Amino acid sequence: MKLRLKVWRQKSANDKGYFEDHTLEANEHMSFLEMMDVMNEELIQQKKEPVAFEHDCREGICGACSLVINGQPHGPMQGTTTCQLHMRHFNDGDTIHIEPYRANAFPVIKDLVVDRSSFDRIIQAGGYISVSTGQAEDGNAIPINRNDSSLAFDAATCIGCAACVAACPNASAMLFTSAKVSHLALLPQGKVEASRRALKMVNQMDEEGFGRCSNITACEAECPKGISIDNIARMNREYLSASLVGEEK
Amino acid sequence: MSLNSNIPPGPMSDKWTDYKSKMPLVSPDNKRRLEVIVVGTGLAGASAAASLGEMGYNVKCFTFHDSPRRAHSIAAQGGINAAKNYKNDGDSVYRLFYDTVKGGDYRSREANVHRLAEVSNDIIDQCVAQGVPFAREYSGMLDNRSFGGVQVERTFYARGQTGQQLLIGAYQALSRQISLGTVTMYNRHEMLELVVVDGKARGIIARNLTTGKLERFAAHCVVLGTGGYGNVFYLSTNAMNCNVTAGWRVVKKGAMMANPCYTQIHPTCIPQSGEYQSKLTLMSESLRNDGRVWVPAKLEDAKAIQEGRKMGKDIPEEDRDYYLERRYPAFGNLVPRDVASRAAKVECDKGHGVVATGLGVYLDFESAFERYGKSKAHSMNLHNPSTEKIRELGVAEIEEKYGNLFEMYEKITGENPYKTPMKIYPAVHYTMGGLWVDYNLETNIPGLFALGECNFSDHGANRLGASALMQGLADGYFVVPYTIGPFLSKEIRTPKFSTDLPEFAQAENAVKERLQNFLDNNGNQSVESFHRRLGKIMWEHCGMARNAEGLKKAIGLIRELREEFHKDVFVPGTMDEFNPELEKAARVADFFELGELMCVDALNRKESCGGHFREESRTEEGEAKRDDENFAYAAAWEWPDVKNDPVLHKEHLKFEAIELKTRSYK
Amino acid sequence: MGWFSRFLTSSIGQKLIMSLTGLFLILFLMVHLAGNLQLLADDGGHSFNVYADFMAHNGLIQFVSKGNFFFIVLHAVLGISLWLRNRAARGGQKYAVTNVRAVNTHPGFAKNMAVLGVIVFVFILIHLYQFWLQMKLDNVALVSYEGGAELSDLYEKVKIAFLNPMFVIFYVVSMAVIAFHLWHGFQSAFQSLGLNHKKYTPIIQFLGKVYAILVPLGFAIIPIIFYLKNS
Repeated sequence: MKLRLKVWRQKSANDKGYFEDHTLEANEHMSFLEMMDVMNEELIQQKKEPVAFEHDCREGICGACSLVINGQPHGPMQGTTTCQLHMRHFNDGDTIHIEPYRANAFPVIKDLVVDRSSFDRIIQAGGYISVSTGQAEDGNAIPINRNDSSLAFDAATCIGCAACVAACPNASAMLFTSAKVSHLALLPQGKVEASRRALKMVNQMDEEGFGRCSNITACEAECPKGISIDNIARMNREYLSASLVGEEK
Repeated sequence: MSLNSNIPPGPMSDKWTDYKSKMPLVSPDNKRRLEVIVVGTGLAGASAAASLGEMGYNVKCFTFHDSPRRAHSIAAQGGINAAKNYKNDGDSVYRLFYDTVKGGDYRSREANVHRLAEVSNDIIDQCVAQGVPFAREYSGMLDNRSFGGVQVERTFYARGQTGQQLLIGAYQALSRQISLGTVTMYNRHEMLELVVVDGKARGIIARNLTTGKLERFAAHCVVLGTGGYGNVFYLSTNAMNCNVTAGWRVVKKGAMMANPCYTQIHPTCIPQSGEYQSKLTLMSESLRNDGRVWVPAKLEDAKAIQEGRKMGKDIPEEDRDYYLERRYPAFGNLVPRDVASRAAKVECDKGHGVVATGLGVYLDFESAFERYGKSKAHSMNLHNPSTEKIRELGVAEIEEKYGNLFEMYEKITGENPYKTPMKIYPAVHYTMGGLWVDYNLETNIPGLFALGECNFSDHGANRLGASALMQGLADGYFVVPYTIGPFLSKEIRTPKFSTDLPEFAQAENAVKERLQNFLDNNGNQSVESFHRRLGKIMWEHCGMARNAEGLKKAIGLIRELREEFHKDVFVPGTMDEFNPELEKAARVADFFELGELMCVDALNRKESCGGHFREESRTEEGEAKRDDENFAYAAAWEWPDVKNDPVLHKEHLKFEAIELKTRSYK
Repeated sequence: MGWFSRFLTSSIGQKLIMSLTGLFLILFLMVHLAGNLQLLADDGGHSFNVYADFMAHNGLIQFVSKGNFFFIVLHAVLGISLWLRNRAARGGQKYAVTNVRAVNTHPGFAKNMAVLGVIVFVFILIHLYQFWLQMKLDNVALVSYEGGAELSDLYEKVKIAFLNPMFVIFYVVSMAVIAFHLWHGFQSAFQSLGLNHKKYTPIIQFLGKVYAILVPLGFAIIPIIFYLKNS
């Protein structure tokens, strides 16, 4: 299949970016990133600089890959990361726009690579249970309701790829933040510091310069792990009760 | 140089307890003065950095990823073992110990494995406390499943994403320490050199991958948790950026690489589809709990399938060869990975393979659909359900258990595995070999520790499923926080090191020169193309089956290719910028040297054991034949300079608690 | 910053304000519609004018209406400031291609709430000028029914206004815009409050859609019927 690619090139955060055109012969069994590999191999053959893009596990779990393909983070297939997107979902002759995630909180490092360290800082603000190694009691000491455990898992399945921010017309990080707040708040071990966690994580999220949620739900639609906005509702609840009911100032 | 494994005295089951009671401690006040570098943030690295930070050490932690959460531990699917005996099926620390030593084909160090089995239970407790959402029963209690090579159910799991959940747990613990200031995190920093001062590991040179600048970091000791080197094969289930560079740079500084030829080839991966392919995808071993492996018994059927004239479902039951059940009736489809992989290769070599390339076998869930469907129908009080209804119910049950894996399979292959049987083939997955370490997980360079997959200690010649996660977390949470004590307790008077020392300047210059050479080369071929060619040589001659002739040939080919690489590789861009091609070039250069050493090791080990199968050494039935008389040792290779030959040091393995005997899964 | 101002300026605090003011306005719409439907009574405007007079002179209603104005302004001002802030959060470089998908809401309405809101706000201003302000300024003729007290004949005012087909179209279109705004806004208000439940959320979503259609439709038929009846 013949493809026309319009790929975003940008030398660094401070440089101006532009679209570069490539035409490419691809094969429908390739993954999207393998198609990009082929493009880069051609560029190297021409002694040009290949396009920088982030990727690692190529099996949809590390969260490194991060492209916006024709206006959609991770491309047209729902519940799929870019690395698992295969070219069989495109047609011969297609024009494909490949852009980096665009958000103030994610400055471009080079071409399609952006800096997502703001997500780490949100987790560092409170996305954990404060238990040190060696303090744990037996794993079966506290029975956990199977449904709660399963809901916690659904939230914990977040891969931190930031497609939610890229997809959100407001560039909001509510789905990411709420997935962690929910995951831990749903478990008895995490309930102990749930209020504090919600307050600190939301404050950090606000400080990072993300936009604000208006429940558009594009985040859920584009999340490669299908994380539900139910988590956002849960975080709202946690935050409201922590702010208005909790005694911690 | 003689190797001292520093195994504590006493009976096997008391060693670790006695060790912990008697080891020298570092007081809290002194911990604050000591600095530790941890390289890598996978299960081993992140858990070690977090635990050491909690204890009060000053930790500097490094990852080449943009975030510690992306380490490849995240991709582990199936589960983590522990000897909890929650299933009341006779499990115990001894059994886990025994299974691991036996599974490793008696090529691991008993004392280390016993310690691993002892701390396994603490890991589960720790992870539950951190909020890892392990699978649970309706009672709210933890659920278990079974993995290859064992006859109990001791594997804890979180759907098909156990590695992810455990890593997120460790990442959260690490994040907490970062926020408390005990750990300073350096993302997008790749370790490119070890700095040795007066014979002890005292720092690293890392390249800031965003700016391209080389940076110096000093500490009282260095801990590596940098993973395995499976990517030497180019195509493997490892992530694209997994590499041996940190591990290999310390070998260049005098550390020893032990048993590099022990490679685990995982039996259930999605077969390769084309030349452009960049990596192989694993389908969890847990699938072998319910899937049955088969090939067509008749050659003409196999040929018809390869040519697309027939489908798997066209082959009648009596013409199917469930070869694992036939050859290994006691363990059936759940034989250890090395055995299952070799059996698949045997069938495909005979021409019974089922994909176009002939390299693939079926993993079939049809009988599981039926079994689960019947049981579900029974529990729903359905009398005389139709075959279709049973299948429908069974499919739903399997979907509940393995839904995400089936979905992944369909995404990659475009085939619906609920309708047609999965096709699988073995692929490189894990490397049991690694840096030689003693009981303290300390390499032969004092102050340099190696944890998790990057050391060699616990899995012998073959790793059992769900044991990698166990080892990574055991080393990081429960072993190194103690075993680092003997070294650091002697360093309490050592002041912090300055990075202005000549050793640091020297190391930095060496890195600079190495990288500059790639950039100045101006050759014609991409790094990737060399890596691919190296991988082919390795897979062909040092893969699932090895022989002396092939290995010798491979050594020659690798040397030639290495030379060509240094002459003709093209690396665009400059040093002082974000430059992924330059990163790759440095990694592939190290893979060349490691690859050669793997072949040297494989050639030296004239026996078959675990993942290492020498065609010259097999029983009449074609099974692997060990040679305990001559090879019951760990081969630790010293190879600081490639211009000379590698030097072999042997650590003889003593088996006190377990009798050495032929491994049988029949 | 005190905890309360920090809360009010936090992303979730502001969600709460948008949600509560929104819900109040939703409630107001229903009450307003109930009153306005009396315009359709076949009594020459008697019941409607009595109702209008009551609304204009009852102390409690007056108090609530002050609140109503305040909430409209707060909802609008905060909405616009959030919109500006959110646009800025995307950064200087926008996507060359946009393709928004959504779950259980309309992506076009959801992402354009501010645009829809501004249109609604403009409509409200014109609407207030046309009727409420004229009544306040005593620009409405008086009428008396069966010898009772004199009332402002707002009914007549409405009748005259809707003789103009341009006004009819303007009102109908504005109601459509309100419908779009509500389509997303109704359920969104509940989500913002954290009122989310596997069993009840689908019901709320359904009610929201019903409300978003029926209430604006109820308003829209008034000018249409007036136009058809009187022109």
